[in-house]
Amino acid sequence: MSDRIDVRKTYKLYIGGAFPRSESGHSYEVRDAGGAFVANAALASRKDGRDAVVAARKAFGGWSGRTAYNRAQVLYRVAEVMEDRRPQFVQAVQQSEGLRAKDADRVVDEAVDRLVWFAGWADKVTQVVGGANPVAGPYFNLSTPEPTGVVAVLAPQASSLLGLVSVIAPVVVTGNTAVVVSSFERPLPAVTFAEVLATSDVPGGVVNILTGSAATIGPWLASHMDVNAIDLVGVAGDPALAAELEVAAADNLKRVRRAPAAEPDWAVEPGLGSMTAFLETKTVWHPIGV
Amino acid sequence: MTTPFTYAPALESRSVVDIKPSYGLFVGGEFVDGGGTAFKTINPATEEVLAEVAEADEADVDRAVRAARTAYDKVWSRMSGRERAKYLYRIARIIQERSRELAVLESLDNGKPIREARDVDVPTVAAHFFYYAGWADKLEYAGYGSTPLGVAGQIIPWNFPLLMLAWKVAPALACGNTVVLKPAETTPLTALLFAEICQQADLPPGVVNIVTGAGATGQALVAHPGIDKVAFTGSTEVGKAIARTVAGTDKRVTLELGGKAANIVFDDAPLDQAVEGIVNGIFFNQGHVCCAGSRLLVQESIAEELLARLKRRMTTLRVGDPLDKNTDLGAINSAEQLARIHELSAVGEAEGAGRWAPPCDLPEKGFWFPPTLFTGVSQAHRIAREEIFGPVLSVLTFRTPAEAVEKANNTPYGLSAGVWSDKGSLILSIANQLRAGVVWANTFNKFDPTSPFGGYKESGHGREGGRHGLAAYLKGAEA
Repeated sequence: MSDRIDVRKTYKLYIGGAFPRSESGHSYEVRDAGGAFVANAALASRKDGRDAVVAARKAFGGWSGRTAYNRAQVLYRVAEVMEDRRPQFVQAVQQSEGLRAKDADRVVDEAVDRLVWFAGWADKVTQVVGGANPVAGPYFNLSTPEPTGVVAVLAPQASSLLGLVSVIAPVVVTGNTAVVVSSFERPLPAVTFAEVLATSDVPGGVVNILTGSAATIGPWLASHMDVNAIDLVGVAGDPALAAELEVAAADNLKRVRRAPAAEPDWAVEPGLGSMTAFLETKTVWHPIGV
Repeated sequence: MTTPFTYAPALESRSVVDIKPSYGLFVGGEFVDGGGTAFKTINPATEEVLAEVAEADEADVDRAVRAARTAYDKVWSRMSGRERAKYLYRIARIIQERSRELAVLESLDNGKPIREARDVDVPTVAAHFFYYAGWADKLEYAGYGSTPLGVAGQIIPWNFPLLMLAWKVAPALACGNTVVLKPAETTPLTALLFAEICQQADLPPGVVNIVTGAGATGQALVAHPGIDKVAFTGSTEVGKAIARTVAGTDKRVTLELGGKAANIVFDDAPLDQAVEGIVNGIFFNQGHVCCAGSRLLVQESIAEELLARLKRRMTTLRVGDPLDKNTDLGAINSAEQLARIHELSAVGEAEGAGRWAPPCDLPEKGFWFPPTLFTGVSQAHRIAREEIFGPVLSVLTFRTPAEAVEKANNTPYGLSAGVWSDKGSLILSIANQLRAGVVWANTFNKFDPTSPFGGYKESGHGREGGRHGLAAYLKGAEA
């Protein structure tokens, strides 16, 4: 353990590129894996969730309209800045998850590499999941994936950094914007990650991070009429809450990535599904020869 | 009719179709009685009773699901893709062989013009079975694995009874699933004829099961714990109810729901082609099309000219006997649907929009509505927001491309859209900005089995057609 645990700061939310406190004025105690007090994190409220959705919607047009090449570079830049701040992340992961230094090191390595992996997908996913359709007639017909819009992400509870990166990166690399509720008991790596986002080239509002309870904010995000999709991985192991959120999500037919029975092994390469769950397919027809 | 000449009737013979007085359910490869109260299906063009059809109650649905499960476990999921393919190819061939019979029966039960049933519906149905037959032994190349889900519960609407069956059944079977399908209560007959086709093809019993009935039968199917997948095409309202029902279960779901498509015409568009596209977009199949171009957005500078041409073209549309090969618009599918079209049209007038329809004599019996357009429509009008699902077009105008996109996207739906312009760069820019699953540029209402189809936003989840359509029926896909 490093002595630097004593260096304290105020941990805030990350909404629209800024770091506000919760509008509710609430915070909650964050303890390390050993139970010692670490900090008071902002406790996000329903209103914070709504503000984050507004910011994410505002950012969607610009972010989704960027070239895939540019989004790839922005995500790669996040990995660069994260690499630069490795010690801070190693410490945060150790503190939150109680890992030995060596294991925390590996988690941070993997998180940075995961970002690099997803960054590369920005300008390739269209070729892999889109295509030209050989219709029986004189038409030119293309199917291309497009981002679905604003995605609410209930981040994993156990894996505070690698899990977090593994659910945020696939959402935003394809042009969606995200409202993320971090791990409740282990929120501090998420706040540090927000600081990395803010100092990378990610436009404000593309990723918004709320520290707080998925059980409290989740239902508001699930029923929000301006949220297009929701990832329920953060409520893995709570099927009753997951079902309740799915019912709420039906109000505007959100795309739902269901909660698994238990939190997945984030060390495993996530595959295309984490991206395609939040993509639409658009098919464009045009006549040939007239 | 003010046209200078009239057409001699060119009636398609219905002698090719042998409609039985009553039909049972198709479960485990056989026709069986239903436990519910039998209902009548009528010809919407004449209100003549065509047949009495069994209603499946919960116990019947349960039997059908069990039959599908047995067929899945014992036969279909174990069969090689190569063999499954051959069954699907057989079905495709029989559909071609019996195409006239299917077209006439579809026209009789649905009210759609024989010309459309014969030239669009049935050939596209055969094409879907051919297309997905070829995938059955090539699934590993599609990128979703080759493990089927199990038993699929499928619920389809009345606007394209046989085509929607093909969209659902062909990919499900190709991927190794078995199905329980519920056709719409007003149009069950071609699905029951399809059951006979399955028998002719020697499809193993239980691979395809057909349960007829209305909403309650559908609910029993969706809620049945024995199904692994729900595929639904129909209204957004029912789609939401289904999404709630499957919440918290492992059931996978695809939903193909409503739409309120914008058909955007720019001032440099080829106007005569655009007029044909507008007519096809809203009057094809009496406007009973979820992706119908029901909102016409015309650039202001050409609105007057385009409307004059559109009205002239609409006066040539022939409404009447669906079995007449000259007919362009057939009957509205049901009295209930006709009432909804009347209701929303009255609302359009009450809200101040200008109503116009060409002079046209409608038959005295049956359910009829003339091709109608509303001018002076604003985005706030209900006829511009709600799906009418009938031959009613709302005309709005715009000045700039940005305004066109803004208005086109101003709807909770996102199924389809049309763009008309001679300028390629404009078309591509608009197509990129439209939040819709299908964009037809300089054409409309084109369908092909190789082509993914499905909506954004409240128009539903998932895609049907093409390689993408396999994702809905394979375990390795996350969509």
